[in-house]
Amino acid sequence: MEIKNKTYSDVLVLSPEGRIDHANSEDFRNGLALFIERCKSDGERVVLDLAGVDYISSAGLRCFMLAEKQAKSRGGTIVVAAMQPVVKEIFEISRFTLVFDTFATVQEAIAKLSPVALKAYQA
Amino acid sequence: MLVRFWGTRGSIPVALTSADIRRKVETALALAIAKGVDTPEKARAFIDNDLDFSIAQTYGGQSPCVEIETGRTEFLVCDMGSGARAFGGHVMAAQKSGPLVVNVLMSHVHWDHIMGFPFFTPAYLPGAHIRIFGCHDVLEEAFRLQQSAPCFPVDFSRLSAKIEFIKLEAGKSVDIAGYRVTPKLQRHTGDSYGYRFERDGKAIVYSTDSEHKLEDPAETEGFVAFFRNADLVIFDAMYSLLEAVSVKEDWGHSSNMVGVELAQLANVKHLCMFHHEPAFNDERIQSVLNETIRFEKLTRGERPLIVTAAYDGMEIDV
Ligand SMILES: [Zn+2]
Ligand SMILES: [Zn+2]
Repeated sequence: MEIKNKTYSDVLVLSPEGRIDHANSEDFRNGLALFIERCKSDGERVVLDLAGVDYISSAGLRCFMLAEKQAKSRGGTIVVAAMQPVVKEIFEISRFTLVFDTFATVQEAIAKLSPVALKAYQA
Repeated sequence: MLVRFWGTRGSIPVALTSADIRRKVETALALAIAKGVDTPEKARAFIDNDLDFSIAQTYGGQSPCVEIETGRTEFLVCDMGSGARAFGGHVMAAQKSGPLVVNVLMSHVHWDHIMGFPFFTPAYLPGAHIRIFGCHDVLEEAFRLQQSAPCFPVDFSRLSAKIEFIKLEAGKSVDIAGYRVTPKLQRHTGDSYGYRFERDGKAIVYSTDSEHKLEDPAETEGFVAFFRNADLVIFDAMYSLLEAVSVKEDWGHSSNMVGVELAQLANVKHLCMFHHEPAFNDERIQSVLNETIRFEKLTRGERPLIVTAAYDGMEIDV
């Protein structure tokens, strides 16, 4: 599974697309892990931009949890942004909102994480 | 085929407190006043049509015990949690003549699943025949242990019924009380086993105390095959998905969302959430149920899935 990515200063925006379910969750997990591994160890911030994701299963959500653990161990943070309505509801029902900060847009997420990155994003 | 729930709570029995009852009464009365309920007839209709289950009733607090009616003189039940005490009373009352036979299918021998047995009256009845089926080597040992001094006054050896322990094997079907019964190994500390009951083209699955590892497609496929086309799946939905994959990972239980996903993959007709968290009150269980019904709608394929939450005293006609 290809994950589009873009860096704005100290914020990495990852934009997976389509469905994340039992069939491709391991791919998704490995993809995420690679990006987070590459993050600098001094607390890089990651925004998961879900605008292009129309469905996520429990197996997909579990990958979020693993990525969060991995990022945390490196001093980083992961937040979630731009969820479509269905994905947002699934996210709430799963209680993942208790662990992840969520934002309506990528810009709002970046604004919260890093003023420098926001400038780069708006540029 | 009627399924009757005698105990639906996980881990430890719980009871409503006086404060819980008071809150229900207060809420109900306030709503009734607003609705202008002023006759007993209106009150009954109001309870049936206007009040949430969590206000008008309760999910109950007995630990797992689920009866499947056999249509014969013998009985069939899954697990001997604290709900087995009331089930025993039902057996005594229903038994009219002839030998009393009770077939018990044990998911595993954790305390919440065996603790009702010392209070199961038929075990004390000379002439009664209790056949306890299970896949664990320690099955008999566990039943004897919980009734040994200094923990219980009546030793297992003093029970008057004829009590037999019969070992089953995962994947090997057997005929019990008119049902074709197939056990399946499940992920749980010390192992647990689910049971699929088939008769007259219908299927009921009892699958409690079972954790599902989402990263293992083979395991998922195994459960989809086990649940395939079932009319009813009784499913351990103790946790939220978040808990199941984080703080409570490897605690041996599953979530409402995974229950819906597996049931959808397996083309199940009715998913009944079971083994409720003892820390949850009625409102909380009901709101989890409402969310699960919503999740099913959001993710529905071609066929809708009925989603319910089991309560003590619930009956499902399959
Ligand atoms: Zn249990
Ligand atoms: Zn258990």
